[in-house]
Amino acid sequence: MSENIKVILATDCGSTTSKARFFRKVGKEYRFIAAGEAPTTVEAPYENVTLGVSNAIREVEELTGHKILGSKGIISPSKRDNEGVDVYVTTSSAGGGLQMMVTGVMTNMTAESANRAALGAGAIVMDVIAVDDGRQPWDEIERIRFLRPDMILSSGGTDGGTVSHIVKIAEFIRTADPHPRLGTEFKLPIVYSGNKVARPEIKKLLGEKFALTITDNLRPKIEIENTEPARNAIHELFMEHVMSHAPGYDKLMKWTPIPIMPTPAGEGRMFRTYAEGNNVNLVGVGLGGATTNIYSIYDEKFVRSVSANLGMSYSICNVLKETGIKNIIRWLTFKVNETDVLNRLYNKMIRPTTIPQTLEELMIEHAVAREALRLGFQHHKSLARPLVGYFKAGELVLGVQTKVEGISRYATYIDMLKVDVLGGTGGLLSQGPRRVQSMIILMDGFQVEGTTLLFQDSVFMMPHLGVLSTVNPKIALEIFEKDCLVKLGTCIAPREITDQVEEGQKIGTVTLTMPNGETIEEPLIHVTLKRIPLEESAMAKARINPERGFDVGAGSGRVLEKQVHGGVVGIILDARGRPLRLPENDDERRRKLTEWFTELQAYPGYP
Amino acid sequence: MALAYTPGLKRKEMYIVRKTRRLPIQGEVLVKEGDKVDHNTILATTQAPGRVETVNAAERLLLVPDPNTHSVELKKYMFKKEGDPVKKGEQIALKKELFGLFKRTITSPIDGKLEYISNMSGQIILREPPIKIDLDSYIPGTIVKILSKEGAIIECVGAFIQGIFGLGGETHGELMKAVNSPDEVLTAEHVSHECKGKILIGGSLATEAAIRKAMEVGAKGIVVGGIEESVLTKILGFRVGVAITGHEDIPLTLIVTEGFSKMSISDKTFQLLTKSEGQLACLNGATQIRAGVIRPEIIIPRDDVPTSKAIDKGEEQLSKGMESGLPIRIIREPYFGALGHVVSLPIELQIVETESKVRILEAKLDDGRKVIVPRANVELIEE
Repeated sequence: MSENIKVILATDCGSTTSKARFFRKVGKEYRFIAAGEAPTTVEAPYENVTLGVSNAIREVEELTGHKILGSKGIISPSKRDNEGVDVYVTTSSAGGGLQMMVTGVMTNMTAESANRAALGAGAIVMDVIAVDDGRQPWDEIERIRFLRPDMILSSGGTDGGTVSHIVKIAEFIRTADPHPRLGTEFKLPIVYSGNKVARPEIKKLLGEKFALTITDNLRPKIEIENTEPARNAIHELFMEHVMSHAPGYDKLMKWTPIPIMPTPAGEGRMFRTYAEGNNVNLVGVGLGGATTNIYSIYDEKFVRSVSANLGMSYSICNVLKETGIKNIIRWLTFKVNETDVLNRLYNKMIRPTTIPQTLEELMIEHAVAREALRLGFQHHKSLARPLVGYFKAGELVLGVQTKVEGISRYATYIDMLKVDVLGGTGGLLSQGPRRVQSMIILMDGFQVEGTTLLFQDSVFMMPHLGVLSTVNPKIALEIFEKDCLVKLGTCIAPREITDQVEEGQKIGTVTLTMPNGETIEEPLIHVTLKRIPLEESAMAKARINPERGFDVGAGSGRVLEKQVHGGVVGIILDARGRPLRLPENDDERRRKLTEWFTELQAYPGYP
Repeated sequence: MALAYTPGLKRKEMYIVRKTRRLPIQGEVLVKEGDKVDHNTILATTQAPGRVETVNAAERLLLVPDPNTHSVELKKYMFKKEGDPVKKGEQIALKKELFGLFKRTITSPIDGKLEYISNMSGQIILREPPIKIDLDSYIPGTIVKILSKEGAIIECVGAFIQGIFGLGGETHGELMKAVNSPDEVLTAEHVSHECKGKILIGGSLATEAAIRKAMEVGAKGIVVGGIEESVLTKILGFRVGVAITGHEDIPLTLIVTEGFSKMSISDKTFQLLTKSEGQLACLNGATQIRAGVIRPEIIIPRDDVPTSKAIDKGEEQLSKGMESGLPIRIIREPYFGALGHVVSLPIELQIVETESKVRILEAKLDDGRKVIVPRANVELIEE
């Protein structure tokens, strides 16, 4: 099929902007050619998503001289060298994306699995309802009615297990009688992925009033989670019941025979394709204006979390609300007035499409980004945890409780020392004036440990390539590696196992054998950063020898030898300490930040 | 990105205002096309389903599920069937044990009706009587379209001003000039008992004391240029995280026209409001920045002007996009709040202080300065 594909167009209808990406075969290679963007037009007064998509495509036409739009939509297949496309695909998160509610019996078991399934399908989960969630039934019924989700995923019970509790929740749904957000005259889609024994009762209760789909149980046994059937059903229903009712989507759906995919599902699919193709543990993030999506592909487990109110424009003040102004100011190298920063953030919230023009404004947004990533990753780790509640070797697996900022959570299985790759996408990360800014923001937000390759999306095209991979994964991966993936470089950061360490102390040595055979030996000095240039296509042989009490992945004080990637930034030796603690004293903190930014040449004037 | 600019807030002296009024659920429409309505005319009415109460009856009656069918015989012990009315305290189920020696009963916790009895879950669902919802017209005007079973569209001519951020829902009151100039700060000294029922026209900032006093004397609303974030948080008792407002539990509606911090209300807005002093204004503080932008609004209806006299050049401009000579407002530092007009729109991307390469425009500010700003940081002034 690849032989016939010469020209590809992919669009993403975002909540604010519709983005077109144009690809074509150049010689034997598939390459990214041009991008076009225009405001999304799904809301009043336009209420037709294709207007914004057409405007974005028109920009591509202007830039390339390639005619794409005809009187009946997209011209397909390509005709001459400068007309039509062979493949058109699109993702969408316009109008708030796919908004779902999930239900289960136990909060930490089936409801949690259902939550993971819905998130993995690219949804924003508005609420999780479970028998043991501590809320009163009338409260839950009101909530189901009030939230008006696009879809409900109902789960509960292992196969052959409880029926009455599942029926109880189904009775709540039936009583609440929620109507879909879009197309109120249509039946609300419900996916039932619970105990198979309860199916007849579920059909009786929900079959008439709702568009009910039944799939295999997502938790057939307590120690098994099988979210794939539920995820697939959600994707099918997203097209049939949700997208088809959004303004203009009936027309958009006629432009392409390929199912429209929720934006995060496209993004997640691309992260997953990369991780599986390279056999690595990967954490990926889409830092958007309204939400922060985090994906982990770790020991073959794929988990996505969405922090619906952590973002860099619409939700910027929610980051402030969750983290506090002091946690934002702590990342700034200059003295500021708290009130002034608060007013600036609120002004960004009410005018979300504005961009920083001054360096101070840029650094304030970068400070918020670090906190959004930190909070988003905390949320992600609470979902990326082992299944609990079953017997293994005669013992009940209950999970390990841990405390994060005073909140008790189950411990995650993600060990940062074992995360090989960290990738970022989204406006702020893709459009940072210097790539090193994205790298340090990602390093600080996630506190990477050991040796981690960091990359970013060049011009925000991961969702586009994700949906393209459903048609032709080979082409999608080729474009991803050549034009989308920008390797920032490798961060080497020892984990502290001891608290007996002082600033200025040597905590290890890194020896790099560069591609030209040159050897660079650098000490790791506590609370410092060091940048070593190594170009994007190159690799160096690293020998990392941490002092006792420090670990880079081989154990405390043990030498690690491995090949490390270069990048547009290069290699960063991060000996600032893990966990990273900024000095309490404001002058000292500003001095340290200035020192780090200067070493990295992170901002104009540093130096 | 020729079409990618911020449309800006509307400020129209003579505008055809159309409001779509819909019931939250279907009901009865009480008006017909062509009817003249006042702002408090009830247009439509409906009955919302009453609150639900559930009773775990199987547990209360100690019923054990059948291991094969997973169900209990709850219906056998019920006095009432689905759809029957119930009174609070009325016995609705009884189970006798040991030849009637022990009795387990269930009484209704509410007045209403029995909606559902489940042998599978063992629960009973009861519902309180429906709640009446009346929908008023919000603005005075003429009914131009009936939305069957849902509501109507009303039209009137009047001044229409959008704010940037608001708190509180729909309200009405006479406009009252509370300060003398657009840059004056609205303080508690400006607020007296004469402000009761009024919409106060403020200047560059409203202090916390001024807002509290306005609430105390019963003012219906405040329109002001700027507000400090700290004041907002103190008035609400919590920090706003996402700009979705309109349902705050505060006794007045607050509309901010320019932004956060001290910012003079624009001259033209101030003039438009003050020259309408004494007239009815319809206010709504509801703001939603995310998907489907809703901005707070001030409508000053004019019943003496026919719709044919209202002219709207703004909509035409919206479709044309940004052009040289158009009036703009800068909405981000370092020139935040400055007014001016577009001088040129270079096609090439330019590097700004952050080192970002962005699409810019050259503007001449009202104070004479010529500046370069990213196009994303200006909004067109629609008049």
